[in-house]
Amino acid sequence: MSGLAYDTMALTGRHMRHIARVPEKLIGVTVGPIVLVLVFGYLFGSAMQVPGVNYREYIMAGIFTQVMFSAVGTSAAGVSGDLHNGLVDRFRSLPMSRFAVLLGRTVSDLLMTSLSCVVMAVVGALIGWRAHNGVLQAAAGFALLLLLGFTMCWLGALLGLVIRSTEAVNSVAMLLMMPFIFLSNAFVPLNGLPRWLQVIAEWNPISSVVASCRHLWANQGLVTDNAFPTQHPVLVSCVTLGVALIVLVPLTARAYQRAAAR
Amino acid sequence: MNDVAIEAEGLRKRYGDHQALAGIDLSVPAGTVMGVLGPNGAGKTTAVRILATLLAADEGRAVVAGYDVAKDPQKVRRQIGLAGQYAAVDELLTGRENLVLIGKLHRLGRKGAKARAEELLERFELVEAADRGVKTYSGGMRRRLDLAACLLAEPSVLFLDEPTTGLDLTSRMTLWKTVREQVTGGVTVLLTTQYLEEADHLADRIAVIDKGTVIAEGTPDDLKDKVGGERLEVTVAVRSELAEAARVLSKVAVGEPVVAEEDRRISATIDSGIDTIADAAVALREAGIGVADFAIRRPSLDDVFLSLTGHAGTPTEEKESEA
Ligand SMILES: Nc1ncnc2c1ncn2[C@@H]1O[C@H](COP(=O)(O)OP(=O)(O)OP(=O)(O)O)[C@@H](O)[C@H]1O
Ligand SMILES: [Mg+2]
Repeated sequence: MSGLAYDTMALTGRHMRHIARVPEKLIGVTVGPIVLVLVFGYLFGSAMQVPGVNYREYIMAGIFTQVMFSAVGTSAAGVSGDLHNGLVDRFRSLPMSRFAVLLGRTVSDLLMTSLSCVVMAVVGALIGWRAHNGVLQAAAGFALLLLLGFTMCWLGALLGLVIRSTEAVNSVAMLLMMPFIFLSNAFVPLNGLPRWLQVIAEWNPISSVVASCRHLWANQGLVTDNAFPTQHPVLVSCVTLGVALIVLVPLTARAYQRAAAR
Repeated sequence: MNDVAIEAEGLRKRYGDHQALAGIDLSVPAGTVMGVLGPNGAGKTTAVRILATLLAADEGRAVVAGYDVAKDPQKVRRQIGLAGQYAAVDELLTGRENLVLIGKLHRLGRKGAKARAEELLERFELVEAADRGVKTYSGGMRRRLDLAACLLAEPSVLFLDEPTTGLDLTSRMTLWKTVREQVTGGVTVLLTTQYLEEADHLADRIAVIDKGTVIAEGTPDDLKDKVGGERLEVTVAVRSELAEAARVLSKVAVGEPVVAEEDRRISATIDSGIDTIADAAVALREAGIGVADFAIRRPSLDDVFLSLTGHAGTPTEEKESEA
């Protein structure tokens, strides 16, 4: 176990150095989210109306969630990159913990997305976003976002191992983003959707995370919907993300064994 | 330490409907160098990957440094160093960072990893470039860094898959020297190569692989003896005399001489001994043939390769280009 922790730390250090070496990456995780906050906050903020709440506050949970989701692409690219440059072979010839290769990847990508979160929170606060329910509830919202981010990192690692090709992995990650983000309450309330689409969107785990954050930060506005996931967003997100992780981690570990043993 | 460092029995591996390994047997005594020779696609890399625990064989058994690769892979990994066919280094890190990372993953500790990295950077003449990103390295520097990485934990068995492909002469010599130093220190080395000259130079024993099986095994001299006696090579001054020269030489040669029209050269296998050589020279002079070059040579591994596999190994001069 301590070996796993030690190897994971060594590899996390490696990935952190990568970020320092590739300024585009650092800009990607900082400037990108800032632009999102400003565009949604100012541009759409003045055009959109959500009953009972300022759109600028309402949108923050959606942006946070989208940025967490984009960890899929980051992890996928990292894993498939290592498969291609032969480092996975090198790692596999070392007496290190095999799981550390995956854990090092997901943990460091999670650290990156957390950095994005901090930056966005600061910029959000500057343009008027607040979490109104106190520190604990605010922190709970962020914890949930990190859980989502971690799950997405594992999903990304799995995709990277299965698909292998770095370009293909990028487009698949983008394709995945579309339904999950746009068929959710991230940017607009679900009331306007046809009934069947609304049901799908309500059960979309992304919607639950977004709703949880809005609930915990009191950014929600009026909730007229009484579907179960809308009423119990925190419970639903914890369960769905927990189950997803329990399924994804062993699946990814197996995919790693297979991908590497080619 | 056991007497046999690498032992493989009946290794088979199939990719789809392609039988990459069709039953490989190898036995490498501890502290010796085994050269694995074979044309492209023969299965050299596949065999190395199985022995280095990266790949599971479909059938067969392999024991490396006293441990079964399938049953005790982690113990095998503690004993081996692997330099794959393509340098496995992190482009974004510096050379030093690469080595320190591998050292840490070998559990040498932060200090241990740093000290060892320093030592190897010096040994492989990478000190100046140590703090530059590896993406600025030349192909040869990458290769050297890769080799340094596989020596980090002082392995007792080294697998080198085409270690000198893409290296210039100086780097190749350095590598040869390193391999010999390792062997002097008791390390067992299995190296694959397409350079026959390299195998001749470094290997105590050579296994020639083709189409997934070992088609010949022995010391370089054993293999050369298999091809037979010495060869007489005569280059004539004018091409028109080539046929006549061949006729003359066929009287002293064992079997038919081989004529290389383009090079105006005839090569003939002869029995060893000064008499045959003298006879050949006299016969040529009496026939009044102008001789531009007259040479005796032992069969090279190229001849071995050619006669065993039916196709030539990569000519020595043209190998620089591939990375
Ligand atoms: N992952 C793979 N999937 C499918 N076929 C493979 C795979 N790896 C190797 N092969 C095939 O197995 C055979 C042996 O390959 P291998 O790489 O072991 O040859 P090699 O002797 O190392 O050749 P080279 O000198 O070109 O490096 C080849 O025909 C190759 O195409
Ligand atoms: Mg090969």
